[in-house]
Amino acid sequence: MSAFSAIGEDDERDRNEYTPGLEPQPTWCPGCGDFGVLKALKGAAAELGLSPEEMLVSTGIGCSGKLNSYFDSYGFHTIHGRSLPIARAAKLSNPGLTVIAAGGDGDGYGIGGNHFMHTARENHDITYIVFNNEIFGLTKGQTSPTSPKGHKSKTQPHGSAKDPIRPLSMSLNAGASYIARTAAVNPNQAKEIIVEAIEHDGFSHVDFLTQCPTWNKDAKQYVPYIDVNDSEDYEFDNTSRSEASDMMFKTENALHEGTVLTGRYYVDDRPSYQQEKQRIGEIPDEPLAERYFDDDYEWERVYDTFLDKHK
Amino acid sequence: MTDDELIWRIAGGSGDGIASTSQNFAKALMRAGLHVFTHRHYPSRIRGGHTYTEVRVSADPVRSRGDGYNFLLSLGDSFARNPQENAYYGNEEVKPLSENLDELNEGGVIVYDSGLLDTDDIPNFEERVEENNWHVYDIDLRTIARDHGREVMRNTAGVAVTCAIADIEPQVIKSLMEDAMPEKIFEPNMSVFDDAYETVKTEFDADAPDITVPEGEHDEEQVLISGSDAIAYGALDEGCRFIAGYPMTPWTEVFTIMSQNLPEVGGISEQVEDEIAAAALALGASHAGVKAMSGSSGGGFALMSEPLGLAEMTETPVVLVEAMRAGPSTGMPTKPEQADLEHVLYTSQGDSHRVVFAPAGAEEAYRQTRRAFQIAYEYQIPSIVLYDQKNGGELQNVPASVFDEEPNPDLGSVVTEAELADAPHDASGKYNRFQHDVEDGVSPRSIPGQEGGRYLATGNEHMPAGHISEDPDNRVSQVDRRTQKMEAIRADLDTDEGTNAHYGPADAQYGIMTFGSQQGTVEEAVDELNDRGHSVKSLGVSELAPYPVEEVTEFIESVDEVLVVEMNASAQFRGLTQKELGRFGEKLSSLLKYNGNPFEPAEIVDGFVTSIVEDGTLPGHETKFVPAASD
Repeated sequence: MSAFSAIGEDDERDRNEYTPGLEPQPTWCPGCGDFGVLKALKGAAAELGLSPEEMLVSTGIGCSGKLNSYFDSYGFHTIHGRSLPIARAAKLSNPGLTVIAAGGDGDGYGIGGNHFMHTARENHDITYIVFNNEIFGLTKGQTSPTSPKGHKSKTQPHGSAKDPIRPLSMSLNAGASYIARTAAVNPNQAKEIIVEAIEHDGFSHVDFLTQCPTWNKDAKQYVPYIDVNDSEDYEFDNTSRSEASDMMFKTENALHEGTVLTGRYYVDDRPSYQQEKQRIGEIPDEPLAERYFDDDYEWERVYDTFLDKHK
Repeated sequence: MTDDELIWRIAGGSGDGIASTSQNFAKALMRAGLHVFTHRHYPSRIRGGHTYTEVRVSADPVRSRGDGYNFLLSLGDSFARNPQENAYYGNEEVKPLSENLDELNEGGVIVYDSGLLDTDDIPNFEERVEENNWHVYDIDLRTIARDHGREVMRNTAGVAVTCAIADIEPQVIKSLMEDAMPEKIFEPNMSVFDDAYETVKTEFDADAPDITVPEGEHDEEQVLISGSDAIAYGALDEGCRFIAGYPMTPWTEVFTIMSQNLPEVGGISEQVEDEIAAAALALGASHAGVKAMSGSSGGGFALMSEPLGLAEMTETPVVLVEAMRAGPSTGMPTKPEQADLEHVLYTSQGDSHRVVFAPAGAEEAYRQTRRAFQIAYEYQIPSIVLYDQKNGGELQNVPASVFDEEPNPDLGSVVTEAELADAPHDASGKYNRFQHDVEDGVSPRSIPGQEGGRYLATGNEHMPAGHISEDPDNRVSQVDRRTQKMEAIRADLDTDEGTNAHYGPADAQYGIMTFGSQQGTVEEAVDELNDRGHSVKSLGVSELAPYPVEEVTEFIESVDEVLVVEMNASAQFRGLTQKELGRFGEKLSSLLKYNGNPFEPAEIVDGFVTSIVEDGTLPGHETKFVPAASD
């Protein structure tokens, strides 16, 4: 019998179940794109019938990091840039959990960039939502890794001399197996993409454009948007790595020219890290976390198992 | 050094099989009933460079490398750089011989491979041999090896020569080699062995030097174990089934042992992108209900400061091991030092709540790693096991029965789903995982996936269900509760017996204090000092946080003066002791060593005699004396 009976529950869910009574109203600014992520995640969780207690939402630091304050489930609000390593290990320890990691563009593409690359290449079976508002919001409007070249802020008074990060291209090169971009102004698409991302067996990366009405007034509100999978103007096969790569490059360029392109950019069915590691015998068949609650498990003793080679 | 022991040094270059040969030699002699203790010296280099391992062999228990050594087997360095005028490294080819002469005791034996080494290249070699009454055996080990097998088998030839000179029964070595080698390699090795053995017996007067391996017998079965083995085994017996790490010398040993063993017991090892991730993964696994650990050496541990603080704030149990090496920065990667004490005690922002153990030998490493896990999971706090390149790598025999213990997979302070049904929740249904008023400050945690247990873990200050709060009253309650755990842990540790090692006569006039890896060496020095008529006892402290204030106070108050021995330049352990006790500045003096080599017992004896009894002038420059405040 499982010690974690919330896992695998298959009930009808209402999106309001994920609103914490303890803190029902977020502190985000009026008009903030982060509301769109919260709404889409609640909708996706309800559609998938997920129990709040079989979900672990691991976040970084910043406005985005407060996602799990306003989404009622198990949560781990970690440190700046470190949501992914914590999420990875939790999933390895108890694969029955639905593990979502989330953070901002500074969190994921800047300070946590190394973790992003490696989590993608290892293809852990988790969903990573990056709130991309092209700015540092909570610290009051500094230039971020996705801010466009020339972006002026108090810390870049002459305009940034740096080309921005290309989040989708970076993700593809690193090895993510599901890559999408959506926008806060596009709630239905956002929910559908998050549902797909959670259902995908492998590392799903959702670059979520979230407008910052307070510190990035000059930036587009990410409207109107175009869904590249539906538009006749953009033909590409998102299971082809090279076509996906071209489409991503175009999309990243277009954003800074005023055209908001969104959609599913890449879907790859290669085995997840969990599957690969199980194949070589480096993950137990039963969830490791269950073992500590199993009174019948015979724990191995060093004395019987490893001592002979020292004799 | 007593007459009835062998301290055998096998020297060559990195990559010449020095480590494995010495390990087999030590194990063979342990099986023959003797006590053994090894000491490794090697450079941060894959191929070539001054490398040696000492194996001390005695009929009685040994706790340190000993003083100097009495038998050199010099094998040549296969990967020595070519001699160049002006190059700082000089002639590396002769270093397996020349670099080892200063520490060779009078009357000692030199065996060198005359196929690889030429004593004409060593200044004043003949004079030094004569002055020190050394017995020299020049044998072309390389040719013997080539004649019967391959050149790498010259290590076997060297061991055979050792047996012939020191009266070690060949079968002791041969039977171990038979266990360790496939038959195809074993056969030629035996031919090499026999030829080399006979060469000594026929061409040399093997009775000349008076160095023989004594007879010995163990009361019970022994195992040859390093501190790194013992730390890993302590973790495994506590039910640790998850490790995450990034390679760094010398911590890599524990990481390797765990990575090789975990799959066999259904555990998970993760080699990850950096040490920030490594520690964060351990937290993620622990949060999800698995007993987990990570670790590194100084530089990697610096990267763990952030997750360490997160573990303290979220009260996520975790064990981190820190294998010290000489610093700062990259320092001397393969050399021992004890200068990361303050680093592990104080790194990470805010008021810290962590437990630090510094075990001495292998047995302590096993027991204290287990204790570190118990405290971490019971009190929901990070525990750190602090050790160094010395006790991590040195091999010693300990009774196998030390490990004849039951496993303890207990997750500590957690709730079950049944308990959650009656546990306190806030009005909106979240579990109050961080309750204000709880016994010993410990509020049991739920595990993700449990029905009725959802809460938020956060590095921000938080309310009972985990939500972020900057309310002053809540803040004070939470800080006080987390701090209270340290007092409860201190009281808990006070019920343990013998974690901090007292040695020598209880009514001694003087004391020596140390921590971690130097303890065995200090204890041998205490024996020697008492033999010489001084009155000395020692205290090896393993519990560094929370500090055993009462126990140390009693020790210091019971003696006239205390010499504090540690391997660093800034007297960190003495500083910690004075800070924790708030006094005794006039009573504590320091003996420090930070040249990359651990203390030998005689250095502590000399340090004690000159500093406490005489005027404080040390004979050499290898150690440094820092007087007490009143001197």
